[in-house]
Amino acid sequence: MFIPHTDPERAEMLQAIGVESLEELFKDVPEAYRYPKLNLPPALSEMEAMAQVTSLSQANEHARELICFLGAGAYNHYIPAAVDMLLRRGEFYTAYTPYQPEISQGTLQAIFEYQSLITALTGMDISNASHYDGATATAEAGVMAYHYFRGKRNKILIPPSVNPQYRATLKTYLAGYESLNIVGDEAEVDPLSTPDYLLNQLDNNTALVIVQYPDFFGRIFDYTALAKAVHEVGALVAVVVNPLSLGLLKPPGQFGADIVVGEGQPLGIPLSFGGPYLGIFATRSEYAHKISGRLVGETVDVAGNRGYVLTLTAREQHIKREKATSNICTNQGLMALASAIYLSLLGKSGLRKVAELCYQKAHYAAEEIGAIPGYSLCVNAPFFHEFVVCCPRDVAEVNEHLLEHGILGGYDLGRDYHSLKNHMLIAVTEMNTREEIDLLCEALQEVSHD
Amino acid sequence: MNTPTNLKYSKTDEWVNVDGNIATIGISDYAQDQLSDIVFVEIVVAVGDTVKPGDTLASLESVKAAADVNCPVSGKVVEINEALAQTPEVVNSDPYGKAWMVKVELANTSELETLMDASSYEKYCAERSH
Amino acid sequence: MTEPTIYELSSPGRLGVRYPDPDVPLTPLPTEFVRDSLPLPELSEPDVIRHFTRLSTFNYNVDKGLYPLGSCTMKYNPKVNEEAARLPGFALTHPLQPEETVQGNLALMYELQEWLKEISGFAGVSLQPAAGAQGEFTGVMIIRAYHKARGDTKRTKILIPDSAHGTNPATSAMSGYQVVNLPTDSNGNVDLNALKNVLDDQIAGLMLTNPNTLGLFDVNVVEVNRMVHEAGGLVYGDGANLNALLGITRPGDLGFDIMHFNLHKTFSTPHGGGGPGSGPVAVAKHLVDFLPGPIVDIIEEGTEEEPPLYGFCMPSKSIGRVKSFFGHFGMMVRAYVYISMHGPEGLRNIAEHAVLNANYLLARLRNTYKIPYDRICMHEFVAEGRWEDAPGIRALDIAKRLIDYDFHPPTNYFPLIVHEALMIEPTETENKQTLDRFAEALIKIAQEAHQSPELLKEAPHNTPVRRLDEVKAAKELVLCCWIPEN
Repeated sequence: MFIPHTDPERAEMLQAIGVESLEELFKDVPEAYRYPKLNLPPALSEMEAMAQVTSLSQANEHARELICFLGAGAYNHYIPAAVDMLLRRGEFYTAYTPYQPEISQGTLQAIFEYQSLITALTGMDISNASHYDGATATAEAGVMAYHYFRGKRNKILIPPSVNPQYRATLKTYLAGYESLNIVGDEAEVDPLSTPDYLLNQLDNNTALVIVQYPDFFGRIFDYTALAKAVHEVGALVAVVVNPLSLGLLKPPGQFGADIVVGEGQPLGIPLSFGGPYLGIFATRSEYAHKISGRLVGETVDVAGNRGYVLTLTAREQHIKREKATSNICTNQGLMALASAIYLSLLGKSGLRKVAELCYQKAHYAAEEIGAIPGYSLCVNAPFFHEFVVCCPRDVAEVNEHLLEHGILGGYDLGRDYHSLKNHMLIAVTEMNTREEIDLLCEALQEVSHD
Repeated sequence: MNTPTNLKYSKTDEWVNVDGNIATIGISDYAQDQLSDIVFVEIVVAVGDTVKPGDTLASLESVKAAADVNCPVSGKVVEINEALAQTPEVVNSDPYGKAWMVKVELANTSELETLMDASSYEKYCAERSH
Repeated sequence: MTEPTIYELSSPGRLGVRYPDPDVPLTPLPTEFVRDSLPLPELSEPDVIRHFTRLSTFNYNVDKGLYPLGSCTMKYNPKVNEEAARLPGFALTHPLQPEETVQGNLALMYELQEWLKEISGFAGVSLQPAAGAQGEFTGVMIIRAYHKARGDTKRTKILIPDSAHGTNPATSAMSGYQVVNLPTDSNGNVDLNALKNVLDDQIAGLMLTNPNTLGLFDVNVVEVNRMVHEAGGLVYGDGANLNALLGITRPGDLGFDIMHFNLHKTFSTPHGGGGPGSGPVAVAKHLVDFLPGPIVDIIEEGTEEEPPLYGFCMPSKSIGRVKSFFGHFGMMVRAYVYISMHGPEGLRNIAEHAVLNANYLLARLRNTYKIPYDRICMHEFVAEGRWEDAPGIRALDIAKRLIDYDFHPPTNYFPLIVHEALMIEPTETENKQTLDRFAEALIKIAQEAHQSPELLKEAPHNTPVRRLDEVKAAKELVLCCWIPEN
């Protein structure tokens, strides 16, 4: 299988080492704790192991068997076949972090291109090589802002309309900074407030304001005025994006964002039950030395040929140790590659087309659902491909009924917001046909009467 | 290694040049050589700040290393070398001249006595070079 | 050999993938929010395939040859893992689906949690952390939450041996702790006297890698853990080097309180050119309530006919969430397949042969390279990449020359306590012939270092690019390609 040693080879090697047996190699391990009896199932052959996981996988229902209207941070998009064909190349997936640039130019140039594509999409100057996911990228924005002000500004403002899981992650990441307060998303704040309510909480102690675009409820706001006000008190603005929406929408770089973070999963990465995904992190060039995570830069070799290296590494944990602002080592290499391939394939017109398809189908769905007695659209703001529907019954019950019709219903907002009981967040993508949307409406109609 | 005799040196490799009650501070030739090619200098204090020994004055990054510049004296910052941000390489080429970093108005001149003179500093560097 | 960038290959009007036209009545676009330009490249599908295929050929990788990168455990990545993770029932499930529609995923996660507990000797596991570094962060935040919950606020310091990986001190600082360095004794173990001197009621815990980064099993580990516990601290075990201990001993039994796993090192999930990793965290009984969540539990016991009903739950004093959803599920599938193909004897075989391979290389190189801490090693060892009679030759030069011999170099310049360190970890999946060729290459390079040092200084010679100017890269920062305005 994976261990190639034959008996004669093993004997020869032990002899070269000067020991009699494999056991002799482990004399430093305290005898009382050596060779525990592990209660694990006996080894399976590849054929049996594959049969076992296949049967586990078949105990799930998935987004191709069901009609999926579930989003809330992870989206069902089409992934062109070429993406996975390239990801399966051992040259990419069995390599590690490009520590030796002369034999890692493939990974390095791919990351460099990923960085370029992300700057193009977000309208920012620079992008790092990626973080773990949208949640940790958001948390890293908080960490960066805290250190940028050297701990002298102690407030981060974040509204409830930012993804609840991102807010939770941010709070975990910053729990060690005792003097820092994360405010704006208290339980009494109306989750559907417009972002202007943040204005009166801005002060000279504010380090960072984090908003989402489109927000967790799918709404699109123009943050120009907010960004201006934030900059007037000397603070930074981070915008959490859905990168796919930027195929259509104005990039946050245009309305004054200092940091753009987001979940890269919509760009060619499978749902995969929540991970691995891709944390996008882009900013302005003046903050290049302040960001965490790997960066690839262009340079030349001794012969003058163009090449790429990991750069500004003195910011990172292996050099700065306890003075580093983040402990991140790796990036999300293979996922960054997937999104670079996806963006290259779709290109300028393809990404716009997918974003428009999402927009059009979501608006058709919203229009139709809004017309069903008992259902209403409770948000009156422009939206991208997700919207909030107020249901006549508990969302879990509605979804149970939808599931009987083979439909994976929307997200139950009552799980995160007590004031949004009976509110469902519906996502529509290019994958949903008109027929499927009509089917959803029919099924919803059935739950409205009784 | 160049160690001008008119300067005082700290254990963390800063040099101090005293003129009246103004101390000019930078890093030594030995320190720049250890760090190799400096690519980034950030002075983290501002004019008017009060500083004391051990406070961080600046952060330096080379391709392979990072270091903080510590304040060897107490007093008030009266001038900082803003040009360094654009020309970090002068820390390597001219550590005692163009690469001065911060000027401090001294609050306590007796602190200078805790610093080393050039010959003790050279000895101190030689000990660490093994 | 260079490859144009994706933007240089772009030609206006080309398209790599076509989508259908909308099948719904059109709604006007919100013009005030629509961007005026989208500066992405334009290529056909074959353009894209060829570009990335050509790039891939510039990479060294485990499928090509030995990758003895110390502390990274670059073992072979079984191909069946890749098939398993792509099964539609796994790859196409949405993380927010109702739990009853993802019982297969939950069963897999539950079993993996149980197996990791059994392998490591701990009482609880959270699969959420995304990578080793995040597992470490999780572990230190658990230490913090534990002391806080007991009302013990004096503990502001974390002990870290000088041989530790840089993530350990960075993690401690990130979690609000001061770092106290702990020296290594001349045999490569934690210095017990130094430990005794620093232990007091301000110590929140110790972060200990065992085997340590010198590749040595700390013979005092049980005593070290006992001393830290006696002083009221907790011990965090960095699981980076668990490959040496599978079926040999269990960190939980040795007295560790917390440990992270690297599924991408020990359990063969691929390194992906630098991620995704996966860093589950295990804890002893007194810490299970602090784990990040949600984690999988049995909601309703099964019967003979029916499997149990699984669901997510949040530990009662959880430090919270460290990322979206439940962790890197795709990596969990791969690790699950790997463990199920090994069983208890197979796991022990892994550790035994990883250690055999490292000791064999050590034996072959001992007379040529200086080994600063020379005793039976575990899965890796550290040599010095310098000779007094070969002035000017550094570990870096040896590493670059190895590339000419078609090997990936070992880790160099780490751990920091060894001058010009070369840290070599062959892993169990390399055969004797490969190890012999590698040892012979290193011995030949040692000769070259003395006789024709320029061969080392100018290496590598036959790579797509030669040594690169890192100073220029850092000073003239170019972090993205030229992108056209429109």
